[in-house]
Amino acid sequence: MPRQLRRNSKPLKGLQKEQTGIPGFDEITRGGVPAGRPTLVCGSAGAGKTLFAMEFLVRGAMLFNEPGVFMSFEESDEELATNVASLGFDLDQLIADKKLLLDYVFIERSEIEETGEYNLEGLFLRLGHAIDSIGAKRVVLDTLEALFSGLPDEAIIRSELRRLFRWLKHKRVTAVITCERGEGTLTRYGLEEYVADCVILLDHRVDKQISTRRMRIIKYRGTSHGTNEYPFLIDDRGFSVLPITSLGLSHKASNEFVSSGVPRLDTMLSGKGFYRGSSILVSGTAGTGKSTLAAHFIEAACKRGESSLFFAFEESQDQIIRNMRSVGIELEKYVKKGLLKFHNSRPTAWGLEVHLAIIHKTIADYNPSVVVVDPVTNFLTVGDTIETKAMLTRLIDLLKIRQTTAMFTSLTSGGHDVEESEVGVSSLMDTWILVKNIESNGERNRGLYILKARGIAHSNQIREFMVTDHGVELLDTYIGLDGVLMGTARVSQLAREAAAEGQRRQLTQQKQRELKRKQELYEAQVVALKGQFETERDAILRELDEDRDREEVVATQRLEMARIRRADNLGIKVDENGARKARKGTVK
Amino acid sequence: MKVTPKKQARRTSDGHSSQNDGDPGRWNLRLYVAGQTPRSLTAFKNLKEICEQYLKGKYHIEVIDLMENPTLARGDQILAIPTLVRKLPEPIRKIIGDLSNTERVLVGLDIQPRS
Repeated sequence: MPRQLRRNSKPLKGLQKEQTGIPGFDEITRGGVPAGRPTLVCGSAGAGKTLFAMEFLVRGAMLFNEPGVFMSFEESDEELATNVASLGFDLDQLIADKKLLLDYVFIERSEIEETGEYNLEGLFLRLGHAIDSIGAKRVVLDTLEALFSGLPDEAIIRSELRRLFRWLKHKRVTAVITCERGEGTLTRYGLEEYVADCVILLDHRVDKQISTRRMRIIKYRGTSHGTNEYPFLIDDRGFSVLPITSLGLSHKASNEFVSSGVPRLDTMLSGKGFYRGSSILVSGTAGTGKSTLAAHFIEAACKRGESSLFFAFEESQDQIIRNMRSVGIELEKYVKKGLLKFHNSRPTAWGLEVHLAIIHKTIADYNPSVVVVDPVTNFLTVGDTIETKAMLTRLIDLLKIRQTTAMFTSLTSGGHDVEESEVGVSSLMDTWILVKNIESNGERNRGLYILKARGIAHSNQIREFMVTDHGVELLDTYIGLDGVLMGTARVSQLAREAAAEGQRRQLTQQKQRELKRKQELYEAQVVALKGQFETERDAILRELDEDRDREEVVATQRLEMARIRRADNLGIKVDENGARKARKGTVK
Repeated sequence: MKVTPKKQARRTSDGHSSQNDGDPGRWNLRLYVAGQTPRSLTAFKNLKEICEQYLKGKYHIEVIDLMENPTLARGDQILAIPTLVRKLPEPIRKIIGDLSNTERVLVGLDIQPRS
């Protein structure tokens, strides 16, 4: 055996790991279980130990072509085959192909009498033969505790188990050994002392009547590993661990926009809508139209030909389709086309972790580009705020890494300050749209505004939000001196304004008419004055003419008289002035 | 008639000439060992002595060496070595250990009632 060991051993390159093939498990252990060494899987009854062990073998055989031996101390071959058949594992075929060997070890304490020293060589031989007969690389021992209860003399069993683990290592088989969890200890008989390399704890916890399965790597010698408790699922495809907590803030940010499905909402968001891959929170009290907004968002994605996924935690698929049809959003055709998929479940059906796991799986299977979760607040019935936030953080991380645009609706209870009650999740969101019932003048009206939109220049105005038979419409609210008015108040205010406007117009017309009249009046006066002036001017001119005529007569008479008197001052000019001067001079 | 286990897989020891297994008075015993270890030899020796003393003439011992026939371990669900299986009379009883505690062997084989 030592020679074989030397031949198989590889140069020291850290710990060799062997992939289990169990979805998620190899990620949290960064490669799987330690190769060629035993791994202890402990957990209480019903924690999923046997299933984990069986999947380790089945997936090893199917994915990595590594034959395995399942030595069961609890269930018979038939029971095992039946139990895992429901998970789609065909054990009989694997057995026929010599990929799997089931060996049921039955120990009946009442049949056994101890009469002196013994060892477990029979078990070793039996296991060794099983391993050699199919060239097994993987071995499962389920559950070793049975030895303690089935055989007398614990000291012998302990020393034999120690020998068994050594022997398994020498055999270079990767072993998974399951163990019952003890009171306050990992295993009932302290087997973790012997298997020192890798210890995995499976836990099945019930909190508020909701059970959640969790897995934790207690110890993994010589390697780093995720230390958190990871939720895991057992469903119709077997075991899957969700290494979601291992995600971080390293996602890429897209510059591409996706429409919200409501043109005016897009306008409010700098005209283009949301960033692709961003997370959007739509919060509001009951009946404010959050789901309708979500349906618009989905419809827009489907119209673009993108696949979308609707996680509904309040309504059934039919109910959503019917309700959205009433507001003019036709979703059924997209379901038929395969562009839209609903996933409806009650929040109380599972714990948070399982919800997350199911969402995770559904998204991985369907690969949508748009996701709606309606509403996230329902998770608070299953977990508290911190847990819900942790869950949503993981969900958002997942969606961001996948570049999936997600819209979450959130139901806020009345009476609280909305912004306060949303602190839990809003900080995770890139865009936060608030739909609010605004109560005034004996009626409720819906108002919509954008509380935040990271990286988008957005409108800071409240829009009136109307749900019509052709979908959501956003209207400008009346914002004036009297404050923000909506609904009938807005309508009546608009009517009042129209009336005032009419009045003002009449007044203007009146003034214009008056102006015109005045102008006409003045113009008439101008005409009259002009007439008067002309009359007066004519009179004056006539007088002037008469004066001149008279002077001429006088001058003529003077000349005549001078000629008659034979005067010698003939140099006198006979013009008007000269005549006047001469006359004046003469007069003087 | 004295028989010691050798390398052979099976060796039978007959206290009686009759091979009738259906005889209610007949004891059919199977001793599982793994190689010629001192413990195996001790067990066989102890068994032989007990049989000679308490079941003289009506027992049949079959020694099975699992080193040579590991597949046989499955049939009687053998883990511990050595294991003595009382095939007859029914019900099947299993006695593990080197059979050095004679009293417990007798109790285990139902030769002597539990005290």
